Amino acid sequence: MQDNASIYDCRDNPPVSRATKMEQENATGSAASDWPLIDDYGIIGDCRSAALVARDGSLDWLCWPRFDKPSIFAALVDRERGGHWRISPVGPASVKRNYVPDSNILETHFTNDSGNAILTDLMPSSSRASHEVIMLPDHEILRKLTCGTGELEFKIEFSPREEYGRNKVRLLQCGKLGLRFVVGRGVYWLRSSVDLKITDGCAHARVWIRAGESLRFSFSYTEQAPAVLPPLDASFDDRIDYSTKAWQKWGRHAVYDGEYRDTVVRSALALKLLSYAPSGAIIAAATTSLPEQLGGSLNWDYRYCWLRDASFTIRALLELDYWDEAEDFLEWLLHATRLTQPKLRILYSLYGDKAPVERELEYLSGYRGSRPVRIGNAARDQLQLDVYGEVVDAAAQFAFHGGHLDREMQKALIGFGDYVVKNWDQPDEGIWEPRSGRQNHTHSRLLCWTAMDRLVRLAERGLLQRAPIEEYKQVSNAIRHQIEQRAWNEQMQSYVSVLDSGELDSSLLLLSWYGFEQVGSPRMRGTYSAIRQHLSTPEGLLVRYARADPEGTFAVCSFWEVEYLAMGGGSLDEAHQLFGQLVKYQNDLGLYGEEIDANTGLALGNFPQAFTHVGLIGAALSIDQREKGERQLAHRPPTATKHTPSEVSS
Amino acid sequence: MNWTSWMLSGFLATLALSTMLSASQGFGLTRMNLPYLIGTFVTPQRERAKVYGFVIHLVNGWIFSIFYVLVFEARHMVNWWFGALLGLAHALMILTVGMSLMPGLHPRMASEQHGLNATRQLEPPGFMALNYGVRTPISVFLAHAAFGAILGSLYHLSHAA
Repeated sequence: MQDNASIYDCRDNPPVSRATKMEQENATGSAASDWPLIDDYGIIGDCRSAALVARDGSLDWLCWPRFDKPSIFAALVDRERGGHWRISPVGPASVKRNYVPDSNILETHFTNDSGNAILTDLMPSSSRASHEVIMLPDHEILRKLTCGTGELEFKIEFSPREEYGRNKVRLLQCGKLGLRFVVGRGVYWLRSSVDLKITDGCAHARVWIRAGESLRFSFSYTEQAPAVLPPLDASFDDRIDYSTKAWQKWGRHAVYDGEYRDTVVRSALALKLLSYAPSGAIIAAATTSLPEQLGGSLNWDYRYCWLRDASFTIRALLELDYWDEAEDFLEWLLHATRLTQPKLRILYSLYGDKAPVERELEYLSGYRGSRPVRIGNAARDQLQLDVYGEVVDAAAQFAFHGGHLDREMQKALIGFGDYVVKNWDQPDEGIWEPRSGRQNHTHSRLLCWTAMDRLVRLAERGLLQRAPIEEYKQVSNAIRHQIEQRAWNEQMQSYVSVLDSGELDSSLLLLSWYGFEQVGSPRMRGTYSAIRQHLSTPEGLLVRYARADPEGTFAVCSFWEVEYLAMGGGSLDEAHQLFGQLVKYQNDLGLYGEEIDANTGLALGNFPQAFTHVGLIGAALSIDQREKGERQLAHRPPTATKHTPSEVSS
Repeated sequence: MNWTSWMLSGFLATLALSTMLSASQGFGLTRMNLPYLIGTFVTPQRERAKVYGFVIHLVNGWIFSIFYVLVFEARHMVNWWFGALLGLAHALMILTVGMSLMPGLHPRMASEQHGLNATRQLEPPGFMALNYGVRTPISVFLAHAAFGAILGSLYHLSHAA
């Protein structure tokens, strides 16, 4: 849980953040006080790549030209050799941050005894019309520092590093054009309104800025043509204005007028930043190897697209009326995966290729000593049968909302259905991708049932041609029978996460989300009660499942709980109360990581995390729909949304 | 001079030149994109510039091939290696004279001396176009040598016939 303002000492060391004693003790390898918290980061982007900016004005993470390419700044995972671009006040200053309302334009306000200044960070947008009259770089970051009152001294350090900090770069001063360096096939240009001195691969300056003055910086990357070098004149400010308006137009398009409007729009904007516009893919997070356990080894590369998130993501986009994004995402799901169809991998690269082989970058310290830093993801070879249900459910939602499934899409869906018919009874790795082998996961069975159920519904409504409905119905019944017989533990009075076991998992809350069980059924109530009893922390947050080595609570699981309550598993007040509690765990910019450390309330894992933000949007939508008496999750079997008066106590 | 042979040989050699330059750019050997550089003489719009530039470059190459053919005829020497030599000389001229004149001639190109402004924003090529990648001279020499060699070979065939 965050305060909005904090004090930094920006002298010669990176900021001393709000690290608690416990975190200091847990961190190993590097001095914990040198590190920003994960919550200290804000994100900017252009739907192709993203950068993370810390509260002290240090840009600590950037991969160009796209999310999953090697970094040029990686201080996020190694303060010494990762590379950074800092624009920070010299000496102590209080810091407040915000996004310009309904946009992804980040503002960091520095204040000390002598004055205040605002640092504006963005990756600019441009209209098609502007390309007709001016040339613009392919990839660019704009940073503008404006002094409001008094005067402040700022320190500027521009220290890029090649390929995840592996090598320093050779900075060249090119007269009035600025600084340039070359990495691989691309050229990077830094244009600055301040003269920078180059020392040992770092361009730096100290400069006083006085009321009314501005410093402007443009950092760009070009790969396939001579670079375009934009001027730092008035057009620089025009581009910031245009980008702000473009983002606001997008953010204000969201059709949601409920109580949590600002946090829902912020989540939608974060989700948009994690989308890759050229293909329609949406990545899980913009970073790699931010730890799920401080000082631990649960550090993964999330810069790829997980099909697991498909159903929730489509629901969020459709119900907020972001049709273009929903359509692009669905097309990506069904077309980018064509090379492997009817089989589906659990994750793909931005263009639907196999994600890279997992490698460990041993020369990096890791975030607060959390080693190793990994790139690529070994989960690419795992089997997760749930992804078929998630993709089919996403397509069904799209169609039930009025979208058109063309012949190719229908063919792909039937291919998935036929694959499920043949393979639903196999053990798999399951939704959480443990590396301990395959088991018969209830969640995977649930999603196989979902695939069958949705395909039958699509066919019955005439939205899917030539589907073997009777066969799908038979398999659907067989899966239902197996789940009801073998995933139900009579002694525990709960469904369990693995057939014939006594294990619990928060994903069991989704039995009602997908419409397998009615929210108010005795079995669902028993399962919810068991999850609360065994997987809830004293703070009321949920872990994924019980495990020997502790990890943070999994944020999306708590949002699933909100949805469960909002759909009739509890009262509306209970749903509001839990949602309100969860909102306190977002950072000062409204962003969430994958996990929340229950003891400190701080974010853990890769950041920001699409799955969490999608969960938040879904929970807010379900609360709002219940308040308005609207039908929830209309794509599910209708029985699952019916509540008796006693079940809906609000 | 065999005009029909020149037209066909010049066209095919120019296509080969464009393909080689484009391929070397695609393989990451250089960021020099001649169609884009030429096209931005007439429009700032990136995609349109590439199309215009490609057409202009094609016509340009065709016209340039006349000079090659004139040299072949003047020296009474038509073969692939002489064509390649002419191509190398041509490339040397482009990389040295052409590239150094470019910031002054190109309406949208910035220069290290004068900086940039609202219209002049394109990165200048520098000596031997090295700003566009250290392997740029290699790709330009190879592409123009191939241009001359193909022109020499094909024009030689018409002579032999």
